Amino acid sequence: MADALISPAVGGTMWLGVAGLAAYSAQKVTKNLEEEKIPLMGVLGAFVFAAQMINFTIPGTGSSGHLGGAMLLAILLGPYAAFLTIASVLTIQALFFADGGLLALGCNIFNLGFFPCFIAYPLIYKQIVRDATNQKRIYIGATIAAIIGLQLGAFGVVLETITSGVSDMPFVAFLLLMQPIHLAIGIVEGLVTAAVISFVWRERPEIIQRAGKSEPLGNLRIKPVLLGLLVAALLTGGTLSWFASESPDGLEWSVGKVTGAEELQEPEGGMYALLGDLQKQIAFLPDYNFKKAENVVATMPDSKAGTSVAGIVGTLMTLLLVGIIGKSLQLVGKNN
Amino acid sequence: MLTMESRWLDVRQLDEMGSQKTVIHQIHPCAKLVTTVIFLTVVASFAKYEVMGLLPLLLYPMVIFTLGDLPVGGILKRVLLTVPFVIFIGIFNPLFDQAPYATIGPIVLSGGWISFLSILLRFFLAVTAALLLVATTGMDAIGMALLKLRVPRIFVIQLLFMYRYLYVLLEEFIRTIRAHSLRSFQGEGVKPKVWGSLLGQLLLRTIDRAQRIYQAMLCRGFDGEIRMIRRRKLMRSDIAYCLGWSSFFIMVRFVNIPQWLGNLLIGGSG
Repeated sequence: MADALISPAVGGTMWLGVAGLAAYSAQKVTKNLEEEKIPLMGVLGAFVFAAQMINFTIPGTGSSGHLGGAMLLAILLGPYAAFLTIASVLTIQALFFADGGLLALGCNIFNLGFFPCFIAYPLIYKQIVRDATNQKRIYIGATIAAIIGLQLGAFGVVLETITSGVSDMPFVAFLLLMQPIHLAIGIVEGLVTAAVISFVWRERPEIIQRAGKSEPLGNLRIKPVLLGLLVAALLTGGTLSWFASESPDGLEWSVGKVTGAEELQEPEGGMYALLGDLQKQIAFLPDYNFKKAENVVATMPDSKAGTSVAGIVGTLMTLLLVGIIGKSLQLVGKNN
Repeated sequence: MLTMESRWLDVRQLDEMGSQKTVIHQIHPCAKLVTTVIFLTVVASFAKYEVMGLLPLLLYPMVIFTLGDLPVGGILKRVLLTVPFVIFIGIFNPLFDQAPYATIGPIVLSGGWISFLSILLRFFLAVTAALLLVATTGMDAIGMALLKLRVPRIFVIQLLFMYRYLYVLLEEFIRTIRAHSLRSFQGEGVKPKVWGSLLGQLLLRTIDRAQRIYQAMLCRGFDGEIRMIRRRKLMRSDIAYCLGWSSFFIMVRFVNIPQWLGNLLIGGSG
């Protein structure tokens, strides 16, 4: 998920959801965990961060896959601590490598953290592996859980992209593109996770045992979390949906709603008249209706030609101005 | 291996940039964080087919680059590295949306190309803004800002821990992978046979190291709190910085400046 493809409504909703989850997890971790786990979380976060850069060759294909790591963290740390840890891994990546971006970070944490930690781990891995005494179970459990976690995550990306409406990709086509790719990625992720866990299980079983014992999500209280998410989604969806609205005038529309007037009351003359005029002039085919070909043919070529020339000139002017300001700041800086 | 090492160098480079002392670096981290968030929200809130209106926002990265004394090339390189995903998704717009949208002389642009262009521009603005935040603030200060903004303490402490450990761990990983690829016949990829033992071995070492570090920290009086020497108050200039930029962003959102300039020059036809 990337900033460029997201609308503020979707990004904001996911941020709220993730913030709620993080607060809840933080409370859980602080309440029932030894603070010893904090450095361990940090170290394992760094571990996952580094491990993500290793290429794992996929036999027979010549290509290679990477580790996501959320499932591994969930198995080693339990879901709450794992969620916080993967969230911080993604944060560092968003900040330093611009992977995804800050606005989309909520979406990314949700897709790559929530699904593996709170769905796939407790509902699949835990059910299959139980108390981790059997290597085959570890393999099956980790693989299936990783695959399902990633499939849900990929589905999340599709939903978020479609509801944002920036990309024109049709829902089904996008779905058909994303799910199979992530099936392959999920299998690699699952097998690598399973290989690591069973290696650790062979060498140092106490690590896995300890992790397995520490609250397997206790009595899984996922309901309040989901309820919270739903409320957050509805709230932001309701208040922010004007941001995502198809109309470029979404903001003005919302201002109108807030002030209770259909159109903003414009004081006559002065700045408002000027801006109003301006607005009329600058309507560079602002409405989506124009996408219908017949309308375009009717309205565009003659009546808007002047405007679009002005647009191009203005664009060049803006870039020039930005450049000049930058350059002069540089000069001023050098003189000081 | 090259990618791993170069990525690591990238992190260190950004970290170094963050410890400079320019005008921008000295602004309170909270102010910069909030400004960045507002910038991103404004960028994302533009209509799907907006290209021109977004352009004045370029002023923001431009000013930060120059006042923050940052290497433009170094940061732009990083922006370009993340382009493929956006192109991959965005390139479908011209395919699916072929209705004519605008004309430039004899050329008719379809809505898809316009929205693709818009996606690229948003992408550039958003990614640059995030990188600039780190390059002018540094991770520790961002952590402090997060604490001030009431992000759960345990998350922030853990985030800062992780960031510190990266310095130790990544170099160990790089050494291990280098050792592996020198002894294997297929270069960098790790074969399935050693998936478990290679990563598992690293994991065990990591866990042991965490244990040692934790004990060492306890010996030195660690009580779960990270204390920063650089503590500073939010000053008027910080608030002015944040408000100034925010009002500029919001003005850009409502007034199409390039169009206005163009009309001014051409005489407002249309």
